[in-house]
Amino acid sequence: MKHIVLSIVTILMFSFSMNAQKTFYTKSGYIGFFSSTPLENIDARNNQVVSFIKTADGSLNFGLLVKSFKFKNALMEEHFNENYAESDKYPKAKFKGKILNLDEINFDKDGTYNADIEGKLTFHGVTNKIKLKNVKLTVSGDKLKGEATFTAKPEDYKIDIPSVVRGKIAKEITINVKIDYSIY
Amino acid sequence: MKKIIYLLSIFLSLIYSVSAQDIDELMDSELSVTKQYATATFKSTHIINSHSVAQLKKNHLNFIIYHRFGAVTGGISKFFGIDNANMRLGFEYGLNDWLTVGIGRSNYEKTYDGFLKARLLRQSKGGKFSSPVTITYLAASEIFTRPFNDPNRKNYFSSRISYVHQLMIARKFNEKFSLQLMPTVIHKNLVKTVTEMNDLPSVGIGGRYKITKRMALTFEYYKSIRLSNEKPDYHDPIGIGIDIETGGHVFQLVFSNSPLMQEGGFIYGANNDDFFKGDIHFGFNITRVFSFNR
Repeated sequence: MKHIVLSIVTILMFSFSMNAQKTFYTKSGYIGFFSSTPLENIDARNNQVVSFIKTADGSLNFGLLVKSFKFKNALMEEHFNENYAESDKYPKAKFKGKILNLDEINFDKDGTYNADIEGKLTFHGVTNKIKLKNVKLTVSGDKLKGEATFTAKPEDYKIDIPSVVRGKIAKEITINVKIDYSIY
Repeated sequence: MKKIIYLLSIFLSLIYSVSAQDIDELMDSELSVTKQYATATFKSTHIINSHSVAQLKKNHLNFIIYHRFGAVTGGISKFFGIDNANMRLGFEYGLNDWLTVGIGRSNYEKTYDGFLKARLLRQSKGGKFSSPVTITYLAASEIFTRPFNDPNRKNYFSSRISYVHQLMIARKFNEKFSLQLMPTVIHKNLVKTVTEMNDLPSVGIGGRYKITKRMALTFEYYKSIRLSNEKPDYHDPIGIGIDIETGGHVFQLVFSNSPLMQEGGFIYGANNDDFFKGDIHFGFNITRVFSFNR
């Protein structure tokens, strides 16, 4: 009898938690990267970022096509794709990670939360563990807004920069993420 | 009864854990559906003498200086052809990402030329309606402005004009190799002799093979289709070259059997030499791209 009750309670618990799982997604998120040196500024924007956040366990991911980064200068864009990011060889960049302080965030209550995220970023075929602090998550009804800023070094992703142009690219590149999520 | 309930709980817990991996699969499948276009099929708007399918981006200007020297068989007295140089200066402008307009002037017969190059289809994969090739159309016109040979004859202005229509079909096979086919028709209002044709169809083939990150080998050849019985003894154009990319410039070193750089000249072939006898014209193309985007 005890076993039957326990099992029924377990089943009910699962079914309740499955209903409470919200998954957020977008197909048009924004990620841009920026490099500033006295010689040149580099500004690239990608507005076709795919991203999912699974609120039940705090797992999240980002995916984008490297060729979708747009530059104002077409030659810079071509050089980025052909010589630096080698986007024919490595067409996609991905991040897979999780929210570390999930218990501090209530996706059902409107407000702004600070999230700490940890995960693996893959770019140019190289995967590195990264930590993002002070990621801003803003809940308003069924919508979620995520904003994050972090830096990365080109050499961490085996990006080859010839010495002739080394002064034109910053040692640390600033990356901005701004995503408006909806319920999946 | 107990067993069934246990099994049910295990089943439900499995459903719960599988869905945790779902978002990664979902993300991957969304990315694969996004259309990817082939980029940089050719790095320069010209292969050797011919146009390539490469278009300038909107508000970008390309300044072109082309030089072709005399045949190397001219020997030391002619400094292997460098004493005798033909040149074309030109500008190309991207009206938008798929339409380029251009003008140029060659010293040979003081020829002015103008063209419109429109991309009709872009090579892509993924998404709906992907295409294996890029197709671009060229419409060009040339006018020679040197004085007519016989001023006493009734000379018409229209006699100075030639037209070129060319379809370029190109495929980027991989990051190293691109190939282009160009069926072409040249119409000359006035031709020099009875045996020359006013309309000359030909089929060209050109390609680029990347040997390092910034250097590529190029080649080009046209087979002219001369249908008349009396074919003039003109050589089909053939050329090979090396592309060197340096920052905002593409520097192309070329070896061609033609000293001329516009379609009515090198494709038509009246001035072409015999490549395989060594009458090769060394030359170079320098291009510089400027962006007017703010």
